[in-house]
Amino acid sequence: MTGPGADADLLAVVDRVVGWAADGEQVEAVAVRGTDTEIRVYEGEVESLSSAQSQGVGIRVISGGRQGFAYAATFDPDVLGEALREARDNASFATVDEHQALAEPDGVPLPDLDLYRPSLDAFATEGKIELALELERAVRAGDPRIVGLESSEYADTRFEGAIASTTGVRNAGRETSCFLATYVLAGEDETRTGFGFGVAREPGELDPGRVAADAVGRATRLLGARKPPSQKLTVVLEPWVTAQLIGIVGSVLDGESVLKGRSLFADRHGEQVASPLLTLVDDPTDPAAFTATDSDGEGLATRRNVLIEDGMLRGFLHNAYTARRAGTVSTGSAVRGSFKHVPGVGIQAVSVVPGTASRDDLVAAIDDGVLVQDVAGLHSGVNPVSGDFSTGADGLRIRGGSLAEPLREFTIGSTLQRMLLDVAAVGNDLEWLPMSASGVTLVIHDVMVSGT
Amino acid sequence: MIEEPVLTKVLAHAMATGAEFAEIFAEDKRSSSAHLDDGKVEELSSGRDRGAGIRVVAGETTGYAHTADLSEAGLLAAAGAAAAVARGGGGGVRTVALTPVAADRGYAYEVLPEDVPKATKVELLTRANDVARSAGSSITQVSASYADSRRRILVANSDGVLATDDAVRTLFSVSCVATGDTGMQTGRQAIGHTMGYELFDRYDVEELAGEAAQRALTKLGARPAPSGQMPVVIASGGGGVLFHEACGHGLEADLIAKGASVFKGRVGEQVASPLVTLVDDGTMAREWGCFAIDDEGRPAQRNVLIQDGVLTDYMYDYLRARKEGRPSSGNGRRQSYQYLPMVRMTNTYLLAGTDEPDDIIASTEKGVYVKHLGGGQVNTATGDFVFGMTEAYLIEGGRITEPLREGNLIGNGPEVLRMIDAVGHDFAMGPPGTCGKDGQGVPVGDGVPTLRVTSLTIGGTAA
Repeated sequence: MTGPGADADLLAVVDRVVGWAADGEQVEAVAVRGTDTEIRVYEGEVESLSSAQSQGVGIRVISGGRQGFAYAATFDPDVLGEALREARDNASFATVDEHQALAEPDGVPLPDLDLYRPSLDAFATEGKIELALELERAVRAGDPRIVGLESSEYADTRFEGAIASTTGVRNAGRETSCFLATYVLAGEDETRTGFGFGVAREPGELDPGRVAADAVGRATRLLGARKPPSQKLTVVLEPWVTAQLIGIVGSVLDGESVLKGRSLFADRHGEQVASPLLTLVDDPTDPAAFTATDSDGEGLATRRNVLIEDGMLRGFLHNAYTARRAGTVSTGSAVRGSFKHVPGVGIQAVSVVPGTASRDDLVAAIDDGVLVQDVAGLHSGVNPVSGDFSTGADGLRIRGGSLAEPLREFTIGSTLQRMLLDVAAVGNDLEWLPMSASGVTLVIHDVMVSGT
Repeated sequence: MIEEPVLTKVLAHAMATGAEFAEIFAEDKRSSSAHLDDGKVEELSSGRDRGAGIRVVAGETTGYAHTADLSEAGLLAAAGAAAAVARGGGGGVRTVALTPVAADRGYAYEVLPEDVPKATKVELLTRANDVARSAGSSITQVSASYADSRRRILVANSDGVLATDDAVRTLFSVSCVATGDTGMQTGRQAIGHTMGYELFDRYDVEELAGEAAQRALTKLGARPAPSGQMPVVIASGGGGVLFHEACGHGLEADLIAKGASVFKGRVGEQVASPLVTLVDDGTMAREWGCFAIDDEGRPAQRNVLIQDGVLTDYMYDYLRARKEGRPSSGNGRRQSYQYLPMVRMTNTYLLAGTDEPDDIIASTEKGVYVKHLGGGQVNTATGDFVFGMTEAYLIEGGRITEPLREGNLIGNGPEVLRMIDAVGHDFAMGPPGTCGKDGQGVPVGDGVPTLRVTSLTIGGTAA
């Protein structure tokens, strides 16, 4: 929330649309504008430089318990008028649902998160190019076994948004973010790959050396990797892998999945669903989160929501609709894919509350296990409704408390239900990632490693 | 969409700082969708995306800018922004003479979705919902989605290319949840083609809904999938994604050029079993990944990638082809005007063989029969890839026996291609797919006959 001024024109756009509401109908408008820069370098040259301005308005109409939606990628009033009529027409075909209504202001003040850095605008394009070049140089200099890069990239976004509704929601905000990412190749005869990335609010906070070292380390430590034999083992998930796992866990703890009978945990409120070591929170008010935001997809203030506390299921996430239907209040968890979508409900910045042990301490305590550094195919081998969990993986064997030979082309398999209960230790190494989840090192017992 | 004099003026402006190549890609896309869930038509949505991207190439560098403003002033501003990276070249005034490219998709749309009343589309959803729920009391939740889009594009470039396309796509899907003693299971089925509303004259949404429900019900009795390696039989039409991941991505010239593919430098070599002839075909009428021109103005082509096991060629976009002094293979695609094009697949499929499908199963002592595959993912540099099985069964003693719970299979592309020892005569295309690469999604198709891989790792939990 930055007050009037910077976002006044976006507020004017949404105010205009809301002002067109007819008697007896609810109208919500969200307007966004983004400026994106993406720079890729290759072998010391700029490979591509894209600069883009995008904007659009999404309009939701609810009338007589029916919802309709339309969007337009412009602020042109004539086109927005047409979109409103289209949304209205769309609403007339929806099924009447007594719980269908827009969010009402709930008095919770928007948190002050300071997500906007004017320095991004002042940062010259040459400086951004230099960050990507520096990353590439650091990768190539990082290890003699590095044979190439698939990508070395810098990207940033300046995003502004405003929302208003006939129910009295009205606010605007803006934020900046940027990241460095690289994907590197190691080994002449048998290639292994590694990725590295770093996220920040402004380019000056990025550290190309650290990003390069992560990628180089990941790629080179897999050289000579072999397929392991199949057996049940203790696995140690690196933060990047944990983040992907808890993103999926978060997706079954939303009110919509619960109400529609698609959540494993629908009837488990107040019960033990995870190891007592596990506390899971969704907290978009943490400014360190890449996806931090002061207001949700319906314009309500975001808040810190505890989902699992010491292994006990404490709550579900709700938007205005699911809350009304469940007889509770919104947790400020309405999420929108973009202005082109109606708000759904879900996680915004989920994380495991860190433990006290370092990764090295956790590994040292394991006699026989596997450190998983990357997973593949979460979209194809994990079913959040049934809980079946199976992903491709690579990583390192753990023997006698030390990291041992590299492993590849295997899967790890269990169920989401079992994995939560089988959490045996939580690391202290919280890491925010370019996604709506953070990671910590997580130790899980009894996971099937499938290889030869 | 844009008048020819404006196109030539904008191209000239884009070249003014010394670029060797400039291109305008304009797009006007209208989308509509309807969604039913939990017994209710939840929402209908409509939208329009319209804009243009200007690409400028100078030496090894590409500049790109896009705008939603299709006026002459808006396009000139974007051209200036894209050209800014191409400083230091010769510059000067260059006029481009545009020549229309003749490209024909070879068929006509019969019923434009925009001409069909919304109430008719909504009725499809409710019919699918009713049929799926009537499949059994264990079906506890159903959702159904309808979507159509009409995407008009125009490409003009400094080589004189002027080309347009008008792609109409229609999609329908049903997802079911079944609940039993062992918990919940899901089943999904989808149809999608590059055609209009005539899709529903050719396909029956009630049949589709029944299949989705049956898939969920079957899995209620499923046991955990095995772990370790064993033979895998893939059903006809069930799993073209195997080839999409095992070698399709690895044959994209942009990844080859960076050494990020295990198939680098292997053209002319035997890379697969002699039973494998793999084709990528953007001309395949009405399939999900077809088009008249690609997103660089190149007419769609049918490209043989692997012939009788021998790697014949990679797939190319404009930029990679230009570097190698050869024509593009018509594989330059992009998600929208907001993105740079890159090398992408279209409809990728394995040609039919001569084996009897039943014999392939009967001659498998112990293995897994994958009737329906989910998505997949590949690391092209190592060749390791995974793909999901959303409907699979055990094969015991040459017979299909018990259903299996979901999971991934993992293999290595070059190894798996050599381990294909049977290919059936029963080719069929699979359901519509969306292929993701570098954050861009494009519609793709795939197809296979029944086939067998002698060894894949099954990502299950049973010993």
